[in-house]
Amino acid sequence: MVGGKTLLEVKNLKQYFPIRGGILGRTINHVKAVDDISFEVHQGETVSIVGESGCGKSTAGRSILRLEKPNNGNIIFDGVDLAKLQERAMRKKRGDIQIIFQDPYASLNPRRTVYQTIKEAMDIQNVGSKADRRRDIIKILETVGLGEHQMNHYPHQFSGGQRQRIGIARALSVRPKLIICDEAVSALDVSIQAQVLNLLKKLQKEYQLTYVFISHDLGVVRHISDRIIVMYLGKIMEIADKKALFNHPGHPYTYALLSSIPSTNMLEKKERIILHGDVPSPINPPKGCPFHTRCPFAIERCMYDLPPLHEVSEGQQVACHLAEEGIVDFVSLSREQEFSLTENQE
Amino acid sequence: MKSHKTAKNVQMYIGAGIVLFFVLVAIFAPLIAPYDPLEVVIPRRLQAPSSEHWLGTDDLGRDNLSRIIFGARVSLTVGVLATAIGAATGVIFGMLAGYFGGKLDSIIMRMIDVLLAFPGLLLALAIVTVLGSSTRNVILAVAIFAVPGFARIVRGATLNVKKLEYIDAIRAVGANDFRIIFLHIFPNILSPIIVQATLNVGGAIVTAAALSFLGVGTPPPTAEWGAMVDRGRAFLYQAPHMIYFPGLMIFLLVVGINMFGDGLTDFLQPKKSR
Repeated sequence: MVGGKTLLEVKNLKQYFPIRGGILGRTINHVKAVDDISFEVHQGETVSIVGESGCGKSTAGRSILRLEKPNNGNIIFDGVDLAKLQERAMRKKRGDIQIIFQDPYASLNPRRTVYQTIKEAMDIQNVGSKADRRRDIIKILETVGLGEHQMNHYPHQFSGGQRQRIGIARALSVRPKLIICDEAVSALDVSIQAQVLNLLKKLQKEYQLTYVFISHDLGVVRHISDRIIVMYLGKIMEIADKKALFNHPGHPYTYALLSSIPSTNMLEKKERIILHGDVPSPINPPKGCPFHTRCPFAIERCMYDLPPLHEVSEGQQVACHLAEEGIVDFVSLSREQEFSLTENQE
Repeated sequence: MKSHKTAKNVQMYIGAGIVLFFVLVAIFAPLIAPYDPLEVVIPRRLQAPSSEHWLGTDDLGRDNLSRIIFGARVSLTVGVLATAIGAATGVIFGMLAGYFGGKLDSIIMRMIDVLLAFPGLLLALAIVTVLGSSTRNVILAVAIFAVPGFARIVRGATLNVKKLEYIDAIRAVGANDFRIIFLHIFPNILSPIIVQATLNVGGAIVTAAALSFLGVGTPPPTAEWGAMVDRGRAFLYQAPHMIYFPGLMIFLLVVGINMFGDGLTDFLQPKKSR
């Protein structure tokens, strides 16, 4: 699946939000929500962005869509740099990239029927012919598992899962190439989650869609992704193929995240890393590696030297000094550490 | 909680009843009024209420009841028109300020603050004095006086709605600002606007009556409640009914409107009262 041509290339993307204060409303500081990230998304693949809340993953998605104007960097989509486009030209491009939101209760205008919501999107982007619109809308609704009879209902008449399907139908209606799913299933019940995920997979096959899937739920991510980007405090910690990431995580943070997944295998004893403390403030992120304040394996160099992303194995890039020589075996490393700790105490 | 809700409902219906009564009176004034409100009959001046003149007559012998009935027309017209003009202006400014934010927001809201800093009646008085006293200018003055209230409420509501995901969603499909503001934000902030408009009609009627009372409102001989109270002032001892009845009407209508508006608040914004 991977290996198609590059559809989206994000280069040095920065999204800072000013904090204003004082009577004059001067900018006194910035929240560095997304701080210099670069990655590529290939045609037809699903790339997930994972991380704790507040790590900038949603903001990254919103910047790609130009819902926020990025402070710096390039968003090259299909050969065009969206970050440099004028508002008017951007509006025309919007049909190519769509978003599915987290909260199915907030993402639909409560005063518009399903038909109106979808028709408006198609009208704005001028999809298909006006005469066929009604037929097209019915077809899209059927694709996402809704029926013609529900066309004139208002959002409050639907359940959460159904609303999410309406959101998907709206995104689909303008025939996008890329869909950003911003925590698209997090607000749904687990059984409904599976349905919606399978629907997304089916649609991907049918329409050759590319997904950027933003989530904090590693179980979901494992199910749907081809490649995974791990973010922490506005920066990318690791980019890897799904298999590589789950089998041999290259970054201590990834390892910590993975070790937090509960296991159903009672025989397998898991080495858990429990991270202590809170995520530092993105207003004033730590110097050096942003993760060094919570990293159990941090060395002195991590405090002042920001590690760049570098390839540790085929299709796996890691931003960590420890991984410079290759992939580190965190299991034995943490055992060693424990050992030396107990030794010191004695 | 339930009893509170029902009480509020009852209040709304009573208010609606009062308002409806006055609206009907205003519409059918020529049919209901027993006399011509402008007919001067000096010999029957300053009569107390009697079976012939239910609410008595004024110092020119005009029938008080007929004048009050026709006065309802003036008060309601001024109240509704002034509110409509003030609301339209305030809503547009409020939505622009709330939606675009930044410098535009600061400029608009500082202008609104300046308007708010003037005592309302003084402002209206100044406007009418400059433009000359006519019903049209009273409407204008009262409308300007109403703008800040609408602008503030609408700005706040716009700020709330604009951060909802469906606004992002519609922007993501390529809608322009105009479409977002008028087709997506406006319909979703209607209920606070309706409530504010209802309550504002009452205030507008009082302000218009006050202007008339001060002698700069609707010019005579048009029957207007505020002007009637003013006229009765000189005959407070001989004919107190000249003040009582128009005063009572102003009171009743405004209380009715406010009861209706208060009830409406709960009716349209159930989340807040729960």
